This record gives sequence, C-alpha cells and structure tokens, in this order.
Amino acid sequence: MADGSGFSPAPAAAKDVLFGFTLAQLLAFGLMVAFVVISPFILYPVFLMNVLCFALFACAFNLLIGYLGLLSFGHAAFFGMGGYICGHLAKVLGLPPELAIIAGGLVAAALGAGMGWLAIRRTGIYFAMVTLALAQMVYFFCLQAPFTHGEDGIQSIPRGKLLGFFDLSNDFTLYWLVAGIFLAGFLMIHRIVHSPFGQVMKAIRENEPRAISLGYRADDYKLIAFILSAGLAGVAGATKSIVFGIATLNDVHWNMSGEVVLMTLLGGLGTVFGPVVGAAVIITMQNYLAEFGAWVTVMQGGIFVICVLAFRRGIIGEIANFLRVRL
Amino acid sequence: MSNTTTERTAGISSGQQPALLETRGLTKEFRGFVAVSDVNLSVQPGTIHGLIGPNGAGKTTCFNLLTKFLQPTRGTIHYNGRNITRMAPADIARLGLIRSFQISAVFASQTVLENVRLALQRERGASFDFWRSEAPLRAYNERAMALLEDVGLAEYATATAGSLPYGRKRALEIATTLAMDPKMMLLDEPTAGMTHADVDHIVELVKRVAQGRTVLMVEHNLKVVEGLCDTITVLTRGRVLAEGPYAEVSRNPEVIAAYLGTDPEQSGAMAHA
Ligand SMILES: Nc1ncnc2c1ncn2[C@@H]1O[C@H](COP(=O)(O)OP(=O)(O)O)[C@@H](O)[C@H]1O
Ligand SMILES: [Mg+2]
Repeated sequence: MADGSGFSPAPAAAKDVLFGFTLAQLLAFGLMVAFVVISPFILYPVFLMNVLCFALFACAFNLLIGYLGLLSFGHAAFFGMGGYICGHLAKVLGLPPELAIIAGGLVAAALGAGMGWLAIRRTGIYFAMVTLALAQMVYFFCLQAPFTHGEDGIQSIPRGKLLGFFDLSNDFTLYWLVAGIFLAGFLMIHRIVHSPFGQVMKAIRENEPRAISLGYRADDYKLIAFILSAGLAGVAGATKSIVFGIATLNDVHWNMSGEVVLMTLLGGLGTVFGPVVGAAVIITMQNYLAEFGAWVTVMQGGIFVICVLAFRRGIIGEIANFLRVRL
Repeated sequence: MSNTTTERTAGISSGQQPALLETRGLTKEFRGFVAVSDVNLSVQPGTIHGLIGPNGAGKTTCFNLLTKFLQPTRGTIHYNGRNITRMAPADIARLGLIRSFQISAVFASQTVLENVRLALQRERGASFDFWRSEAPLRAYNERAMALLEDVGLAEYATATAGSLPYGRKRALEIATTLAMDPKMMLLDEPTAGMTHADVDHIVELVKRVAQGRTVLMVEHNLKVVEGLCDTITVLTRGRVLAEGPYAEVSRNPEVIAAYLGTDPEQSGAMAHA
C-alpha cells in the first residue's frame, strides 16, 4: 500500500498496567485515594461526603455519555428516586442503612430499565428529550405520591448502624462508609468499561452500524448500560439521603439532571477522573459561594459557557491532552 | 486474469446450484421516491458478483436492504434458502452475511488489534459480561494478529485505528470482516478514494479472501470489476438494466449508454476496458 506519504507507524495506545489502568491512570487513582483518605482530617466530613455522592453520580452518568455517547437528561430521576426509596425504607421500615442504600440502587435500576427501554429507540437530541420527558413524569409522581411527602420531602431519616454495629451518627464513621461506596462504584464503572461488554460498548459508540454488522444488537448493550448507570446513580442518591437525613424534590428536579451534565462536562466527558473533579469543583463552588445566593447559578452558567467555548475537553481532558496521556 | 474469470463464469452457467442470495421484486421507496425498484438479484455461491451503476443508482440502498439496515417497501430476500426479509441486521450478521460500508467503518479510538478482536469476540456470544476483566479476550490475540498479518497490518496492531491512513483503514475493515469467517461478504466500494497502489493491494486481497466464500461488491473501477467479478449486475435508477458475465454486459449498448452517457469515445473505452 501507499507508504511513500511519509507515514510512520502511529503512536501505540498506552498499555494497561494493572486492572485496566494505564500508568498515568494508576498514578491519578493513587492520588485520588490519598485525597479521599486524608481529606476528612482537614476538611468538613459532611461536605466531603456530599462531594463523594455527586462524584459517584457524575461517574454513573459518564458511563452513558462517555462510553456510549448517550446524553441522558433525566438522571435526576434515578438519583432522587434512590434517595426517596432509601429514606423511606430506613425511616418507616427501619431497614439498616446498607440494605436501604442497596434497595435504593435496585429500584433506581428497575426504573432505569423502564425508562431506558423507552429511550434507547431514539438517538442524539431525541434520546435526551425522551429521558427528560420521562424524568419529568417521575418528578410529578414524586410530587403526588404519599410516601415522598410532597414539598416537605422525607425528613429526619435515621443514619442507623452499619451492619448493626458501626454507629453512623458519627460523621467520621459515616465518612468511611461513603468513601467505600464511592470507591467501589468508581472501580465497578472502571471494570464495566474494561470488560468484554465494555469493548462492545465502545465499539457501538465509535460506529454503531459497524458494530451491528458484526452481529451485536446495539440496543441490548445500550439498555444494560442504562440500567447499570441508573442503578449507580440511585446508590449515589440513596447514600446522600443517609448523609443528610433528608430526601426532597430537589434531587428529582430537572435542575439536578442539568447539574450532573455540567459536572461531567466541566471535568471531562469520557475521562475516568473528569466526573470526580467536575463534581468536586461544582459542589465546592455551591458550598463556599452560597452567600452569593442566586449568583452561584449565574456563575455555573458562565462556567458552562466557558467550557463549551474554550475548554471542550474539560479540566481533566485538557490536562490529559497536555500531558499526552489518558486520564 | 481474464482467463480465470471466463473459467469461473463457465462453471457457473453450466451448474444448476441454487442461489445463495436471492431477491424477488425488491423495492424501496423514500417518501414516494423509488430508490430500488423491483430488483431480482441472484448471487451464486462461490462467485464474486459485481453490482455496478452510476451514482445514485441505488446500489448502497440495495446493500442496506440486503443486510436489513433498511426495511424493503416490497419484495422478499432469501439467503441460504431462508427468508430473511423480516430479520434484524445483527441477526443477519450472525448467519454469516457480513457487510462493509462505503465510508470506511473502523472503531477509531480502539486499537487495530481490538478492532479485529471485536469480530472474533462474537464467538463467545453476546459478551454481556460487564463484571469480567478483558483477560478472556486475550485468547483471541493470536488469531487477530494472524489476520492482521494477512492484510499487512501486523506492525500497527497497537496503534489506534483512527490514526491509520485511509487505505489501511479499508484493509483493517476487510480483516475485521474476515474475522467473522463470513459465508458471504457484501463490500460497498472497497477501493473508493484509493491510490493506484492501494487499489491493486485491495484487489489482490479480495481475490484471495474470496476463496471458498461468496462476494457481492459495489465497484466503480471497471478494471477492478473486470479482473474480479464472475457476474455483474448493472443498476440504473433503481432498476436492473443487465446481468451476466462482464464481457457480455460490457458490450450491451444500453449499458454503455446508461453507464457512460452517450459519449461514443467513452463508450468505446468501456467496451475495450
Ligand atoms: N435515507 C434516504 N432517504 C431518502 N433518499 C435516499 C435515502 N438513501 C438513499 N436515497 C436516495 O436513493 C438514491 C440511491 O442512493 P444510493 O443507494 O446511495 O445510490 P448509489 O449507492 O448507487 O450511489 C439516491 O437518489 C439517494 O438520494
Ligand atoms: Mg453508494
């Protein structure tokens, strides 16, 4: 074939060193774990737990947009529903926190199965619109259903005792549970992406007709990924309801669906660590700039515009591009 | 080159094998515009069948119908004695009927090796196992490398497919298609947009991999068609204009007029091509 064009063998893709991580990713992962372990001794644990819940939420969202190219604009439905189910079970039925969180994730996954089944028939902007419409239906359900207590939400959800032994009313003890859930969820997503399933998922993102012509029923993979993403978003919302002891309409509102899009975009779509960084930046902003009131929303809007115009790859995406590594 | 062509053609016309792929009255309308009209196509097993015709004749639409990427408005498709008219595209692929695309179709961000492995991976079923590591896939590395070697891409195995130049992307596509061990391949303009050297390479490759398989290919380069195809079907405005061995069809005045316009000089070129 024509070789005279001065084409030299393309740069090899970086090698996996451990657990599907490249060397750069392994270093970044170590850095992240170190931060998760050290930070509660320096910063306010409840704030950090909030960051970790949203980081998991954003990672779950990124599984769809980053690795399948599906933009869901209805992920608040899973995040919020996870919180409601978990809160209800922990408060009314007195379920231990670990079971209540798992139940929140499972119900969100089931909801994801239904919403996903309806949404994956569409692509692009239509997919986003269908997920938004369905999430709005979930919102109105939560507004009306008796167990969610409408505008009040579910209040004073007990933190309970982990495995009937560790008292979670201690912020520190709860922090380690939340950190564990975040890291487990993060690694699970990483494993999904680096599994035989993940290979097909990426192939569908790159070229859906070609993947189909190799005998892969693309819709099946999209639905499974949607369910996994919804379930993990539900776990994140459930954990958050245990941390704050409340589950409210805020978390099922479409604002929340938009916020997770912003976090992921800011951190870097399709990067492993981007959603975590994006969530941390946004939550920090909301936390420390709270005194500016409505201006926080304006600043977020500004950041969104800057991202879209100047830093399309997001924070981590730009760093990775600068260092010529995958992160 | 033309010797083998005549021999193969002779063998076919004397044998009475049932067609591997057969369409009856195949029709596709797009909001009233008839892109494919009443096409009866019959591809004999073990042959290379060319589908030619001017741009917009409906060749790609035909491919999309045959592989079920489009639903026909009317007509039936039989493959290997089976009615596949209502099947889903992924299921067609599972029957060993694999297509390539007019625009090169590789998985750009995955490595060249992973591209081929994705096809080999089909053997283990659907690969829904999202909880497992990629370790089971490494079992396919050796065969993937052999296929890459076969199309001259072994040294690029670890490069991302998107970084390959165009000609090599097409070669990768063929390697990926071959990895499916297809019974029948549908190639949509495999040499489109290539340099001379690349075209020769692909022609050799197609000729080699067609051994023991059936190929239906769309091709604009008449030299390539003459060298490769046992039978050709000429399509114009969605209809079959002529069908038969190249030597016969290329002398058909209707074909000359339709395919090359009425320019006598060009028509002459076709007859002597
Ligand atoms: N999805 C579609 N919707 C409407 N018209 C189409 C569509 N696909 C193809 N066509 C039309 O059908 C005709 C045949 O196209 P095509 O099969 O791509 O031709 P060829 O591959 O022979 O060049 C063209 O006129 C094209 O514009
Ligand atoms: Mg075409």
